[in-house]
Amino acid sequence: MKRRWLQVLRPISPHARLVLGSLSFVLPIVVWCIVSYVPFVWHPQIQITDPGSVDYLQRGMRMDRQDFDDAVKDAESENKPPPQGIAANPIYLPAPHEVAVALYSSFTAPPVSKDGQWLHQSLWHSIQIIFWGFVISSIIGVPLGVLCGTYSILARLNEPFIEFFRYLPAPAFGALAVAILGIFDGPKITIIVIGTFFQQVLIVANTTRKLDVALVEAALTLGTKNAKLLSRVVIPGILPDLYRDQRILLGWAWTYLIVAELIGTTSGITWFITLQARYQHFANMYAAIIIIGIIGVGTDMVLALVGRRLFPWDRTLAKDA
Amino acid sequence: MNQVIATPILPHYLKQSSDVRARLDRLKARDVILDVQNLCKLFGSGERTTTALNDISFSTHRREFLCVVGPSGCGKSTLVRILAGLEEKTSGQVLLQGTPVDGPGPDRGMVFQGYTLFPWLTVKKNVMFGPEVNGHGKYEAENRAMQWLQLVGLDKFADAYPHQLSGGMKQRVAIVRALANQPPILLMDEPFGALDAQTRCRMQAHLLEIWRKIDITIVFITHDLDEAIFLADRILVLSAHPGEVQELIEVPVPRPRTAAQLLSPPFLAAKARLEALIHSKSTEHDEEAGPYEMVTRLTDVTDNVE
Repeated sequence: MKRRWLQVLRPISPHARLVLGSLSFVLPIVVWCIVSYVPFVWHPQIQITDPGSVDYLQRGMRMDRQDFDDAVKDAESENKPPPQGIAANPIYLPAPHEVAVALYSSFTAPPVSKDGQWLHQSLWHSIQIIFWGFVISSIIGVPLGVLCGTYSILARLNEPFIEFFRYLPAPAFGALAVAILGIFDGPKITIIVIGTFFQQVLIVANTTRKLDVALVEAALTLGTKNAKLLSRVVIPGILPDLYRDQRILLGWAWTYLIVAELIGTTSGITWFITLQARYQHFANMYAAIIIIGIIGVGTDMVLALVGRRLFPWDRTLAKDA
Repeated sequence: MNQVIATPILPHYLKQSSDVRARLDRLKARDVILDVQNLCKLFGSGERTTTALNDISFSTHRREFLCVVGPSGCGKSTLVRILAGLEEKTSGQVLLQGTPVDGPGPDRGMVFQGYTLFPWLTVKKNVMFGPEVNGHGKYEAENRAMQWLQLVGLDKFADAYPHQLSGGMKQRVAIVRALANQPPILLMDEPFGALDAQTRCRMQAHLLEIWRKIDITIVFITHDLDEAIFLADRILVLSAHPGEVQELIEVPVPRPRTAAQLLSPPFLAAKARLEALIHSKSTEHDEEAGPYEMVTRLTDVTDNVE
């Protein structure tokens, strides 16, 4: 039979899943390698290896190809030794191996400046900010969401305002948060909370509303009342979906991290990244960004695995396994 | 309409053999379990009001098997949901053993058409659910659950999750989950509607078996006339638009019921009567009655299939 590649809503074989999953990472890296290592692809600049007779050039300096050609022409027309150089990419695009080295040395080499932090120290600080922001948001947001989803009265009382508030950009509250909570971790955690909480209430409420009403009716006819209906039917019924929501929301919290950390005293991974960028250590910067990605995906994969263990009855989890 | 050829020689549906009459007399001598008086249900308000149920009155006796049939849109589901307390009545009264019913409660078991087992609980814990929320200890609930599961032969599946069971098994668990509260009455809303024909037959026999063994009154909603006659002592026939009681038919088919009776004269007589009731009245309003419009011929093949 002819093989059809694009089939609407059809699952693919485990083997194909693995291959395609790896390709989704390998392909961008391959593109990055080609751009970095094949001299005639892009490489809009020239890195000077020998300034020759041109006095404003220095070894290691980068300049646009056009300017370099002009300098070579000028030197040649005056019969002086021309500058020499190799094709290079702009400094903001380091080659993969440079980033790999930076990734490795960021954990092994001590920080350059005296009061500097190790990458892992910055990261740990960031993770704490995320953790507390997410925990505080969840402690209020999840119960409120479940209640709004369960009782229409509460939903109507809360959701219109929350709907309005979630469009207000969380960073806009930065100055206010600093004025109230000082310049250290308080306002940063607040931004994460503001960024997560309002979405959380609405998403959890929606998930709760999607609970099969027949299950609630069955429980009612079995004699379940009030609080027990909530604790024994609604909450266990939505738990797998709630867990999935929390995973998505945790990713959401990460996206607020960089903004949050710029507020007050810059700290954590953002401080590390901005510092590296300021000194044009772009390889280090990419290393830090990659580590954030790895932590994010890693956490999510672990949580997905834990979820499969926690909710053995859940069919949707089994399906995307 | 497939005309029953044997119609002229069928006995009248009101004619009962002596043991059927004796059984029904004994049934009617028992206490009234559920008494429905002048029940009305209106949907909507103002000019848009539609009457779903109009002045429904009937009563069931202890250990009776009552089926409710009617054309689509006659409000039989609404009726059973009102009995269960899941929907509010507009007027009238529902008395369960003499006390008015208000809201859902463990004194009326309910089995739905969809599988409403709690997917996060094992089979055993599903059955334990009723006793537990009604204040029985975990130990007692577990004992009861295992007894009930043994009754329907599902004790080996006690620790399975609902998604691991077949449709018929799920519905058996749903039945014993409702029975575990030991209610005097079991309400069933087209419980076998989602099952395939074969499983459905086995479930009907199985349900009769359960009904025989325990002290339970069953109100069973169905649109399948064979199913109603096969199961019921009496059949409440509703008409559509508005839902009204047309007749309460006493089924002349002797018990115990077997599949062989499906072609016996009393069975066919009851069926002929039901069909006459349901199809004659429904034609006035119901689009579902009679054949659909003719389909325009769209093929140019000359070879006629029929």
